[in-house]
Amino acid sequence: MARRENPEINAGSMADIAFLLLIFFLVTTTMNVDSGVSKKLSEKPPEDYVPPVIKEKNIFEVNINRNNELLVEGSRMDIDELKDAAIAFIDNGGGDGKIDEGEPTGPCNYCKGERSIKSSDHPNKAIISVQSDRGTEYGTYLKVQNELIRAYSDLRNILSKERYGIPFPELEDSYKDDRANLELKKKVEDIKTSYPEIISDSEPTSSN
Amino acid sequence: MSKFRKKKKGMPAVNTASLPDIVFMLLFFFMVTTTMRETELKIENPRLPNATEVKKLEHKSLVSTIYIGKSKDATRHGTAYNRIQLNDKIATANDVPAFIINERSKVSEAEVPYMTTSIKADKESNVGTIIDIRLKLRDVNALKISYSASKAAE
Repeated sequence: MARRENPEINAGSMADIAFLLLIFFLVTTTMNVDSGVSKKLSEKPPEDYVPPVIKEKNIFEVNINRNNELLVEGSRMDIDELKDAAIAFIDNGGGDGKIDEGEPTGPCNYCKGERSIKSSDHPNKAIISVQSDRGTEYGTYLKVQNELIRAYSDLRNILSKERYGIPFPELEDSYKDDRANLELKKKVEDIKTSYPEIISDSEPTSSN
Repeated sequence: MSKFRKKKKGMPAVNTASLPDIVFMLLFFFMVTTTMRETELKIENPRLPNATEVKKLEHKSLVSTIYIGKSKDATRHGTAYNRIQLNDKIATANDVPAFIINERSKVSEAEVPYMTTSIKADKESNVGTIIDIRLKLRDVNALKISYSASKAAE
């Protein structure tokens, strides 16, 4: 019997097969990371809960109607102006801060606002209240939320640069990388308590 | 001189023997990074709104997603952008607590407080729908939510 040599398998088309698979995966892959505007809901209040009385001047009212128009503190406004209006309100610092665990926080010494007595007392008392209609478009609603959060992050950023010389996102990132670092933690918390993000959603108008 | 002219050479062929290896390497990379969509969308893919202050969602296993948008089956569910999809079914806001409790049972008890609900809603859906869901989420104490949005340039 003639001894036959093992015939070699032709591997020339291997690349074609692999390319085919590769292109399939390239097309089906979605590389998007999930990202979004994060919010923390308030806990459900007990039934006999009486909401505290808040001074009118410490509330910044934003209304969105079903035609996606904004009413801010009683007058119409374009969405582009919202951030600056919110900053002016939060950073006003016209009075004393709230009493935190029996300790008054006193007047806001880092605020750069007008210190008008008609606007908010202190960033930790300033409440932004967003009221929307049930028919409002979600896109507009989220844009408003985004502008308000931007107002807060701008303020935090300025304060962080002033106190610690680095922008706030960088400070937060370096804390996230090194959670055991107490000094960083103190810095982050200091900035966060200086400008706490208080954005509340009130009940929507018109129940359909 | 003719000695040199005789040595006429064409371009040497490039050795392509390692081409499959390279392609396979790329292939494996994509196979590993690909995440196949787990649930089939019963609604049209929501057109997410844009936002600048977005945060990345970490720990995919702790995220439960609620989709809101227009149903693909317009004759059954109408053309409004307010249909809610939980898992692979069109549902109502009243089904949200059961959905969340079911999601919770999949993770260990210690991780429950870190669970996030991601709301993927279409730009044109109504705030009323979102608020209904939010009230239900509050009832079951699922307080961390994330409004899914794509990152926009400032």
